[in-house]
Amino acid sequence: MTLVVEAAGLHVSYEAEGGERRHVLRGLDLAVEAGELLALLGPNGSGKTTLLRAIAGTLPRDAGRVALFGRDLAAWPRVALARRVAVLPQALSLPDGFRVAELVEMGRAPHATRWFGSSPEDAAAVERALADADALDLGDRYADELSGGERQRVLVAMALAQEPALLLLDEPTLHLDIAHQAALLASVSRLQERRGLTVIAVLHDLNLAAAHAPRIAVLGGGRIAADGDPASVLHPALVRELFGAVVDEARTADGRRFVVPRAPSAARNEPSVPSARRYS
Amino acid sequence: MRAGVAPRSLVRAPALTRAAVVLGGGGALLLVALVVGVGLGSVAVTPEEMMRVLGHRLLGLGATSGVDASIETIVVDLRLPRVLGAMVVGAGLACAGTVFQAILRNPMADPYIIGTAAGASLGATIAIVLPLMAPALAIGAAGSWLGIGFVQLFAFFGGLGTVLLVIGVARQGGRLPSVTLLLTGYAVSSLLAAGVSLLMFASGRALAVIFSWLMGSLAGVGWADLAIAGPVVAAAFILLLARWRSLNLLLLGDGPAAHLGLDVGHAKLQLTLIATMATSAAVAISGTIGFVGLVVPHVLRLVIGPDHRLLLPASAVLGAALLVLADLGARLAGGIPVGVVTALVGAPFFLWLLRRSRRVASTLSA
Repeated sequence: MTLVVEAAGLHVSYEAEGGERRHVLRGLDLAVEAGELLALLGPNGSGKTTLLRAIAGTLPRDAGRVALFGRDLAAWPRVALARRVAVLPQALSLPDGFRVAELVEMGRAPHATRWFGSSPEDAAAVERALADADALDLGDRYADELSGGERQRVLVAMALAQEPALLLLDEPTLHLDIAHQAALLASVSRLQERRGLTVIAVLHDLNLAAAHAPRIAVLGGGRIAADGDPASVLHPALVRELFGAVVDEARTADGRRFVVPRAPSAARNEPSVPSARRYS
Repeated sequence: MRAGVAPRSLVRAPALTRAAVVLGGGGALLLVALVVGVGLGSVAVTPEEMMRVLGHRLLGLGATSGVDASIETIVVDLRLPRVLGAMVVGAGLACAGTVFQAILRNPMADPYIIGTAAGASLGATIAIVLPLMAPALAIGAAGSWLGIGFVQLFAFFGGLGTVLLVIGVARQGGRLPSVTLLLTGYAVSSLLAAGVSLLMFASGRALAVIFSWLMGSLAGVGWADLAIAGPVVAAAFILLLARWRSLNLLLLGDGPAAHLGLDVGHAKLQLTLIATMATSAAVAISGTIGFVGLVVPHVLRLVIGPDHRLLLPASAVLGAALLVLADLGARLAGGIPVGVVTALVGAPFFLWLLRRSRRVASTLSA
């Protein structure tokens, strides 16, 4: 297996108020193999987006090494990188006045071969991206006419038009209702299989991650504090340790494990005893 | 849903028919503006006389043009350079406005926003006032350099130098954050405007000259001005159009554009400098004419959309035609400042368009 992402000893800090530096990542190690679907979790401010941007190469790092596809990040020309890595940022305001197909075509920018127009390959890639993102019917619409769910599909299509090998998603389910969350992640995992994509998705919802991602990594203290399959990561003790939240665990009929926040009245009864209630 | 083939290709060449209509219509408008701009005035010149003068002077047809010599002088030495000057200035300002609105993602951006106008104004004011304060320089100022006056030179390099200063202050590492650029431009502009005010206060009898320069006028444009400003604006236009893809990507925001392979800081720097060249060249020969650079890109974005492949050429053509007609209006109205005409005619039209457009200026809302 080739490593698509390899981060070792990664340190990233920001300049905070008063000239002090806030160290977000402190010696983080992470390795992601080709074809993996990794959900990145962690408390607010733990550095999920920072890690994603450090991997994408749009954030300077203080120390440590990031290699993509076995090649050091610094050695990647920007355009060559954009042909292999697509990023779906958390807050992207789509400019009005473009048709969806034109926006998705912007995803072809790193592949552009023609000075003024688009090649037949570009056109084919845009259609394929729209189809794979379930957005073919949106091609002629305008950005300001889209609902939240449609908008996310268009953003996914833009990223797919880049024909990346690595897809970095920063909270793709933000602002989506429960049905659209599931639909989006289901289509991401379908794509991951169909296109052989490697996907790293920042998610907030532990259970959503557990339901869709075979591997979950949790950020804490500037490093990967827990990493493994959902069953091994979703322990109430671990959640409490990393998120400071008191939760109970629950299992579905087919034995998958989830966590549920404990009701305030019950949370006062420390210490917690993991319950084994059935949950379906 | 992998529904094979879509009913028709979703990716179109930049809507070729639309482009043909827009640019064809624009070209026709430009031609009408040229004929009307040269033809109308205190002495009317018929299109036929115009053709004969141009045929004789430009193509060497006939021993004489067969047209009255005074008409020939009016056409060749007065109106034609003035009309072409209006085209160069209008096209340059409209293109620069389009670019600044895109890179700053700010609908209020115009070609002057990051300090070009203030710098050019201070340069021009200094060039006007200096000979009065230091009579030894008056000889140099009265003369010229390659046919270009001191005022034009000072205005051009004042505008360019100011923007270089603003960029230098606003740059953080390799990045050029839009908000910092905007605010730095505002602060530096205010500083330089104070300098202009001070010089005007102290200028005495040159006040009227300074004031008329600041209001903007195409009255004095001659062939020598055109020979410099024309190529600068034309080169800027070509360089900007060649960067249409970068301009479109920047509408997504700095982060997403970088993820699509654009070196955002570098692209913004280049675009800013090229647009500033066009603006400075325009301002050098006409003074600061407002409104064209702000409104033409907006009007066109509402009508033809934000794709810079079409938006830039359309802006150049409409800006050129609009300024010729506005200058004609100013001339026919007894020589009022052309900026007054652009605002008087343009503002109500723009308001009407804003009211009836579904997609208000939100194309640029960040």
